[in-house]
Amino acid sequence: MALSKDEVLAGLAELVNEETGLAADAVQLDKSFSEDLDIDSISMMTIVVNAEDKFGVKIPDEEVKNLITVADAVNYIADNQ
Amino acid sequence: MKIVVTGLGATTPLGGDVKSTWDALLAGKSGISTLEQPWVAQYEIPVTFAGQAKVPASEVLTLQECKRLDPSSQFALIAAREAWADAGAPDVVPERLAVEFSTGIGGVWTLLDAFDTLKERGARRVLPMTVPMLMPNGPAAAIGMDLAARGGVRTAVSACASSTEAIANAITRLKSGEVDIVVAGGCEAAIHPLPIAAFAAMHATSRRNDEPEKASRPYDVNRDGFVMGEGGGALVLETEEHAKARGAKIYAYLVGGSVTSDAYHITAPDPEGSGAARAVLAALDQAGAKPEDVAHINAHATSTPVGDIAEYTALKRVFGDHLSNIAISATKASTGHLLGGAGAIEAVFTVLALQERTAPPTINLDNQDPEIPLDVVTSPRKLPEGPILAISNSFGFGGHNAVVAFRSYE
Repeated sequence: MALSKDEVLAGLAELVNEETGLAADAVQLDKSFSEDLDIDSISMMTIVVNAEDKFGVKIPDEEVKNLITVADAVNYIADNQ
Repeated sequence: MKIVVTGLGATTPLGGDVKSTWDALLAGKSGISTLEQPWVAQYEIPVTFAGQAKVPASEVLTLQECKRLDPSSQFALIAAREAWADAGAPDVVPERLAVEFSTGIGGVWTLLDAFDTLKERGARRVLPMTVPMLMPNGPAAAIGMDLAARGGVRTAVSACASSTEAIANAITRLKSGEVDIVVAGGCEAAIHPLPIAAFAAMHATSRRNDEPEKASRPYDVNRDGFVMGEGGGALVLETEEHAKARGAKIYAYLVGGSVTSDAYHITAPDPEGSGAARAVLAALDQAGAKPEDVAHINAHATSTPVGDIAEYTALKRVFGDHLSNIAISATKASTGHLLGGAGAIEAVFTVLALQERTAPPTINLDNQDPEIPLDVVTSPRKLPEGPILAISNSFGFGGHNAVVAFRSYE
């Protein structure tokens, strides 16, 4: 069964926390990964591949550059699961 | 030009810093223990113990540092930061600060974990930081980034002689006039099933599985191989002029550092010890010293049957009858053998021995090998007053010999 966007957000926040140590509740829809959460491209790639495993989606490399905000990632995952 | 030691750092099987390590060493403690990891039984590893870092790096570094650095680089960073802080975190010209930091094996955990990931989960799951984490210059580069060292960051790799060679190379850098200050040392993090299995396959390591804390026993008749340890050590080295100008605390002079090679056998030491003897003589020559000036030696002494004798033979060639006047410490008895980090922590011990005028003990010497009639220190021993010299030896597979010499600072 497909996860709701809230569930995707919660799962993504866990992945961000595991990779960066950032508190999960800091991961909110309007936040930018690089500007607000200080996540660089290396951490982003790790989060992406872990998200692929966790949510059973494929996130192509060319798509990753479009995932600017947390909402972008949540929407992409929710729409493609 | 005189070179001085102004900062020390270490993380070892005895302690997470220099003071706790040195205190445990003087107290005759062992840092060796049974490995509880499931892979020991899973792969039927014949050696079930090692000298694991007393304080895990994850207790000291941030999560991000632990994720982006191989364990070897984590130890390197911990040791270098301690040494740098101990030196007073000097305000230096970045272009005149260099790093000479070694490892014997490099990022073996990263490499082998990444291969497991590739096999089990495919290429896309290989972490993007894999290459900089596994490269052997990774520890030196991590320190260089951390301290903003722009005067050159290098890694000498010569197996178990690596970090002593790094310290010797620091002398060359400082004497060139290109830099004022060098962070030198080495690290290792190879308590992984593959290196342990590989060293066991060549019968280089002790199999005293039932008494791990007694397994590293240099010079004892019942020694049966070395015991792997992990950790790192670092020294801040600078010209005396630079150190005095900034009012630095000075531990000792670094007066010589020499490297030779045996070209005899890829793993066995030359039984005549001639290459090792040449290294000692060259270090003393640089120091402008005579063999009679040496009061203390931190020996390589890994607790292998042939290695300990070969080193004795080399020392006998250099020191002759004076050898019986020299206080010999074989500190791998307590720490295990940190491979590419061994020379660094032993240089730290040698410097402290001079500064505190105390040679550290060699534990587990229950029955000294009659073929090695050295004056082995078995409980902390006072060293003579006045100007004295101490040397630290390191030898490595490949026929590498490296020796550094320190003089007491009056």
